[in-house]
Amino acid sequence: MQSGRQPVVDVALQGTGSLTVSQVDRAKVLQRLRLGDVAFRHLTRAAALLVLVILGGIIVSLIWGSLPALRAFGLSFLYEEVWNPVTEKFGAIAPIYGTVVTSLIAMLIAVPVGLFIALFLTELCPMWLRRPIGIAIELLAGIPSIIYGIWGLFVFAPFLQQHVQPFLISLFGDIPVFSTLFAGPPYGIGVFTAGLILAIMVLPFITSISRDVFEAVPPVLKEAAYGLGCTTWEVVRYVVLPYARVGVIGGIMLGLGRALGETMAVTFVIGNAHRISGSLLAPGTTISATIANEFTEAVGDLYTSALIALGLILFLITFIVLAIARLLLLRLNARVGG
Amino acid sequence: MISSSPLYAKRRRRNAVTMALAYGATGLGLSWLVVILAVLVWEGVSGLSLAVFTEMTPPPGSAGGLLNPIAGSLVMTVIAVLIGTPLGILAGTYMAEYGRFDKLTTVVRFINDILLSAPSIVIGLFIYEVMVAQMGHFSGWAGAVSLAVIVVPVVVRTTEDMLLLVPDSLREAAASIGLPRSLMIQRVAYRAARAGMITGVLLAVARISGETAPLLFTALNNQFWSLNLNAPVSSLPVVIFQFALSPYKDWQSLAWTGALIITFAVLFLSIVARILAAQRKTS
Repeated sequence: MQSGRQPVVDVALQGTGSLTVSQVDRAKVLQRLRLGDVAFRHLTRAAALLVLVILGGIIVSLIWGSLPALRAFGLSFLYEEVWNPVTEKFGAIAPIYGTVVTSLIAMLIAVPVGLFIALFLTELCPMWLRRPIGIAIELLAGIPSIIYGIWGLFVFAPFLQQHVQPFLISLFGDIPVFSTLFAGPPYGIGVFTAGLILAIMVLPFITSISRDVFEAVPPVLKEAAYGLGCTTWEVVRYVVLPYARVGVIGGIMLGLGRALGETMAVTFVIGNAHRISGSLLAPGTTISATIANEFTEAVGDLYTSALIALGLILFLITFIVLAIARLLLLRLNARVGG
Repeated sequence: MISSSPLYAKRRRRNAVTMALAYGATGLGLSWLVVILAVLVWEGVSGLSLAVFTEMTPPPGSAGGLLNPIAGSLVMTVIAVLIGTPLGILAGTYMAEYGRFDKLTTVVRFINDILLSAPSIVIGLFIYEVMVAQMGHFSGWAGAVSLAVIVVPVVVRTTEDMLLLVPDSLREAAASIGLPRSLMIQRVAYRAARAGMITGVLLAVARISGETAPLLFTALNNQFWSLNLNAPVSSLPVVIFQFALSPYKDWQSLAWTGALIITFAVLFLSIVARILAAQRKTS
């Protein structure tokens, strides 16, 4: 009977308060709730759109920043090797080459090793060990890139220089093609070392996705193959791998995307030489290492702009690779879901 | 007998070889982790002392610590998380709660997954163009914002995943007692997904605390004690980068100590995140 005089309690905080407020207040409160509802909905929608804005912002700002360089050099920027800040002549082919070659070396090593680890984790490993080993491999992905860099520079590169590279040089010394690929002297740092470090860094990505898709293979398929008398290897080779093919390729592309864009670890061990050398043991450079090394010291708009143009190229390459990876993995999810 | 046929022997041999390779590959993968951690501890522990946490970065040739980069890293990480987490949670909320079957959600999820593994140095260039070039100087704000850009996709992804795990019957129960949708999300869905969302934030912190590339030309570096976010701010990864590549022994050993601190902070965060995630699965 005296409900109108009761203090209006915030319904949004105490759901039962609405029983005691008058009709007028009730309408007000409902109105406020409706407004809050609409506002929250639009807020979340705006945040979702922000993700698209970030991507758009990256692309627009990179294109904007690289316009001076692209105007000055045109398409020749893509295939010229010269990189001379003094005469302001820039070409991107040496860093592009370094990026592609280091990533290829990384994939050549990380793909088989990663697949074998996934095989071990899904077929051979005792149940109680699966989780700990899986976590340990994934922790490799958590170690920051700069740690790989400092470790690579002070530990891994000297080790390669003293023990591995002289061996490789003498091993392939008489074989054509390989003798060029592994021509001396052993610097320690260089394209080969950077590729090896990248291999360690992308290994966890390939392993964990391969393991997940291997585990998604229906047990009945594997059991049928075992029942026919297949060995473990034959089951993996003829049942698991074909079934998991799309997912494995998706995982590999994801790893490749990482390898292409990796910066700090490579910057430490690549040697930063703007030239294309036939030997994998020679110093080189990658797109990301060039930007990391030179951007803060770049004087002149054209120099800065050339570096941003490099960033644009890197972003386009990784975007395409990652987009393919995601499309493949999406297809896989659709299949598993349906 | 079949078991003695040459074909069978060959198949068994091939199987044995490949299985040995699988053991070998796993051993190789695990030994990398052990080797890297062992070297870090070996090189880093000797330099670990109270001075590391109480003194500024030294000029070459004298003793000092890592106080200013540690403080700079902490401040920029906290700001990045404060900016990135709400945005990421809101975006993830839209995708899981409002627009679950929207075209927009599919597009945003796709783009977000790409941003998740996009090269971080490109994000540095982006923030350089948008903030540093416009303001005319390097600044801690620019560093924090570029880290926030890395936080957003991580949080979006985990928020969406965790909200999708919340049973719809909870949502229906909340709706049936007349709770408006926004309150249903904030009171019921968020609460049910809380552990998973915290995991996402922890993973994001782990990710950005070692990030170097986006800070190189946004926050730059600072030799002195400064938490003025309008000026260049020192950060642990950038100092490690600079000191490790220097010719001075003192600086190199400080770089190792810094590397040890970062690695164990990151590993600690990811292990805590995993434990939280595992609890959610079993409960």
